[in-house]
Amino acid sequence: MTEVFVRMQMLQPEPPPARESGLPKWLRENLFSGWLNSSLTVLGLLAVGWILYASLPWWLHSVWHASSLGECRKIIAETWGEGATGACWAVVRERWYQWIFGFYAPALWWRPILAFGLLFAALGPVLFAGQKKALSVILGAVLAYLVVTLWLASAPTVPVLLALALVAGLLVLAQVAPGKLIWVTLLYPFLCFWLLWGGSIWTPIGGLLGFIILVAVTIGLSRVIGPAVSAGIGLVVAVLWWLYLSGPVMGGLQSVLPLGIASVNSDQFGGFLLAITIGVTAIGCSLPMGILLALGRQSDMLIVKTLCVGFIEFIRGVPLITLLFTASLLLQYFLPPGTNFDIILRVIILVTLFAAAYLAEVIRGGLAALPRGQYEAADALGLDYWQAQRLIILPQALKISIPAIVSTFIGLFKDTTLVAFVGLMDPLKGITQIVRADINWKGIYWEPYIYVGAIFFLICFSMARYSMALERRLKTDHR
Amino acid sequence: MAEAHAMMQVSDEVAVQISQMNKWYGQFHVLRDINLTVMKGERIVICGPSGSGKSTLIRCINRLEEHQSGRIVVDGTELTNDLKNIDKVRSEVGMVFQHFNLFPHLTILENCTLAPIWVRKVPKREAEETAMHFLHKVKIPEQANKYPGQLSGGQQQRVAIARSLCMRPRIMLFDEPTSALDPEMIKEVLDTMIQLAEEGMTMLCVTHEMGFAQAVANRVIFMDQGQIVEQNAPKEFFSNPQSDRTKLFLSQILGH
Ligand SMILES: Nc1ncnc2c1ncn2[C@@H]1O[C@H](COP(=O)(O)OP(=O)(O)OP(=O)(O)O)[C@@H](O)[C@H]1O
Ligand SMILES: [Mg+2]
Repeated sequence: MTEVFVRMQMLQPEPPPARESGLPKWLRENLFSGWLNSSLTVLGLLAVGWILYASLPWWLHSVWHASSLGECRKIIAETWGEGATGACWAVVRERWYQWIFGFYAPALWWRPILAFGLLFAALGPVLFAGQKKALSVILGAVLAYLVVTLWLASAPTVPVLLALALVAGLLVLAQVAPGKLIWVTLLYPFLCFWLLWGGSIWTPIGGLLGFIILVAVTIGLSRVIGPAVSAGIGLVVAVLWWLYLSGPVMGGLQSVLPLGIASVNSDQFGGFLLAITIGVTAIGCSLPMGILLALGRQSDMLIVKTLCVGFIEFIRGVPLITLLFTASLLLQYFLPPGTNFDIILRVIILVTLFAAAYLAEVIRGGLAALPRGQYEAADALGLDYWQAQRLIILPQALKISIPAIVSTFIGLFKDTTLVAFVGLMDPLKGITQIVRADINWKGIYWEPYIYVGAIFFLICFSMARYSMALERRLKTDHR
Repeated sequence: MAEAHAMMQVSDEVAVQISQMNKWYGQFHVLRDINLTVMKGERIVICGPSGSGKSTLIRCINRLEEHQSGRIVVDGTELTNDLKNIDKVRSEVGMVFQHFNLFPHLTILENCTLAPIWVRKVPKREAEETAMHFLHKVKIPEQANKYPGQLSGGQQQRVAIARSLCMRPRIMLFDEPTSALDPEMIKEVLDTMIQLAEEGMTMLCVTHEMGFAQAVANRVIFMDQGQIVEQNAPKEFFSNPQSDRTKLFLSQILGH
């Protein structure tokens, strides 16, 4: 017998049962899905509750206005009763500048402030290449930042006007020819160097001329003997210029046409000014170096390959602190006597080498992840080695490696605090120690570290977010 | 198809000349005493069992693989260690791969204009016009601004063909262009290749599409164990194979 069924009345839609939707469902699925999960949830809630219970009063009893730790404690005891705890942010309020500028003379603060603002104008064309809108927003923000901060730092009028005119000009350029902004990025390091250390304007121009010589020699010779060899010759010529000619020539120009601003010695750098100077320079230099090392490691040429592998493995096998001690002591033995090789420059070089070795391995991972077919297709189309690397291989390999590259950068930036071990005033240890040595703030502990930690977090978190946004923007594989 | 066949003239100019060529992978003698002359306008189909060295042979023609002895002369240029010669040959020989090998980070249009712009130094506008011309030809101009990952396999392979054609090659190499494709996409790719053959392109094609071989090839080459075992006009090759190996191979691929 066949079962026959005919529906006479259609069913009306009904809302799902309460258990099955909204908050209860989410809670049950995510927090209370079984006895193990439920007990972990309860334990977690207890832990959070306990932490809040223990630390909340400390945060809520914060004191911002006091001139010493003793005064802070007195205020807390008076307001909240004997034995109450409370944060004493007055130390940050009173000494914030030291964590930012170190011992940089207050009258000259406008220079690092200006350099920091222009840093973003220089980073924009790299971070947001070709995105007119993002570039305009950044340059607008830089303009606003400069107006406010330079006014607060009571900077002299002429440089303020020049700087504002420069950024306004860039803003216009961003509308007309955003591609041209990359020149700002290329020239920025020299301007930044001059703003931070001051002195004769001819010094950074001498440095810049070295790079112009390098590029000119490379391009001039590459038609005749190939790009790699001519780049090597260009480098040698440029180094000779920097070592032997740049000093006398530029010194001569300075005596004919003296132009310059007050010079600042490296021992006055400190705090985040120091950390950011070292971090940004090392990040900027280590990426190209890491790329070259990664390519060298894959090279067919035995000598190049051996050198790259040796370098990478040596650097990775040695703690950064060892390298920093090397920077402060050993380099002096190797260099000709009498040369005064700036300590910050030495540290930057070694931090760069250190990061480059790690980046090389990270990028090698990206290169290895590319299918062989990509190399073959590039070869089959007749692209030469450098074209294939630049147009096909590296864009993809770097894209794959973005998360790891940015991790390395974040690590590098945090590692800049290790320069404390060679006597530089990093924000975490160096400056905090100095502040705590002050009789007024003796015994303060958490607040400086929280303050410094918060700034580090802000910077590192921004880098992480940028990298995620970049990954999303570059996602084209749709797989 | 018969009329088309008559149209496809073979000239008496030599396109590729391979003589006494040998290649080893380490100790493994992968290509043994290869002698092959390809005339301009010839369409050659290479078949043979897996591992017989078909891919290796055509990859030697644009020096994706290096040969250890003998001579390979492509369009008058001998392949030696001289990088200039290699680049010259590569820019005149197009290659289409089994797995397409499109550049996933570039759009279809950029895939097609990249090599003309950087290798041939063609102005961007002109390269884009050429690219659109060939994308029309392979019947997917509307996909120009998509990325390879958004296209079907058959479409990707046609883009790969267009990308090669944008370099205006004199010789085209195909390495099993349809064997990674679903049956319904094979036809669209083969149609493109047939069209190319009818226009007189010199083609060397590794494929097991025997219908294609019969339709357009003027020579079929059978390889086994790194050697050319038999070559003949397609009609003869299929109806009257000479060697036992060829017979066995044909019975295996045509058998079911
Ligand atoms: N890079 C290599 N190193 C060592 N041996 C290789 C290499 N590439 C290929 N071979 C070997 O050379 C032989 C020929 O390979 P080839 O890819 O040319 O064969 P094929 O005829 O194209 O086969 P298929 O039909 O499977 O593609 C095979 O035995 C293969 O294992
Ligand atoms: Mg093969």
